[in-house]
Amino acid sequence: MERIPILKMGPFLLVTIQVDMHDRLAMQLQDDLTTRIADTSARGVLIDISALEMVDSFIGRMLANIAGMSRVLDAETVVVGMRPAVAITLVELGMSLTGVRTALDVERGMALLGSAQRR
Amino acid sequence: MIPTRESLPLQTDEHVVRVRQTVRQRAIELGFSLVEQTKVVTAASELARNTIQHGGGGEACVETIMDGLRRGLRLTFMDTGPGIPDLTLALKDGYSTGGGLGLGLSGARRLSSEFDIESEPGRGTRVVIVRWK
Repeated sequence: MERIPILKMGPFLLVTIQVDMHDRLAMQLQDDLTTRIADTSARGVLIDISALEMVDSFIGRMLANIAGMSRVLDAETVVVGMRPAVAITLVELGMSLTGVRTALDVERGMALLGSAQRR
Repeated sequence: MIPTRESLPLQTDEHVVRVRQTVRQRAIELGFSLVEQTKVVTAASELARNTIQHGGGGEACVETIMDGLRRGLRLTFMDTGPGIPDLTLALKDGYSTGGGLGLGLSGARRLSSEFDIESEPGRGTRVVIVRWK
């Protein structure tokens, strides 16, 4: 079955979403990530969505769910690389991704995770 | 511009992706800006998912239309599912029967220039949106 790869880098997990995700794939990612956080005791998750041309309420909810679940598992989630057109649309759709930390790019996202870990 | 019309099935997750890709392609051909493209594709994604999840599947019709000098995209989503008993309620932000966020219909309406919905309990639902360039 098709899966989105999850990479481990030190105490963090990295995910780059590079496909036009259908709903089952999004659900699969949510499950896989939660399992990997528990298995690896990861302290942070970085999700790069710079390749996503659209985030609808389903994908938005998946991002919020991942952030919530990882928080319960003592890991911080940062979503990075959202395209401006996607951000505009998402807010107009009615989703502001409250509770999801975001950063403009991977570098800033990693810095955010690093500083959260040192606290 | 020659008006076009395509019918696409809506039964599976992959069909939603195909509708998104078709709408994106037509929006690009019509010269929609990136933000306009993203809005209409997102609205299409919400409505396509509704057709499958609430309507039990159906079809989408993607049309490029003209009105004088205006050009636009008209998207129709049809199902023969259970229908929506209370449209006013269904169009409210946060109202959901599918375990989602309840932003599908209301959000799609905000992302469109024109929005029309007809539903008859037991007969099905038909949503038509237009996004003008």
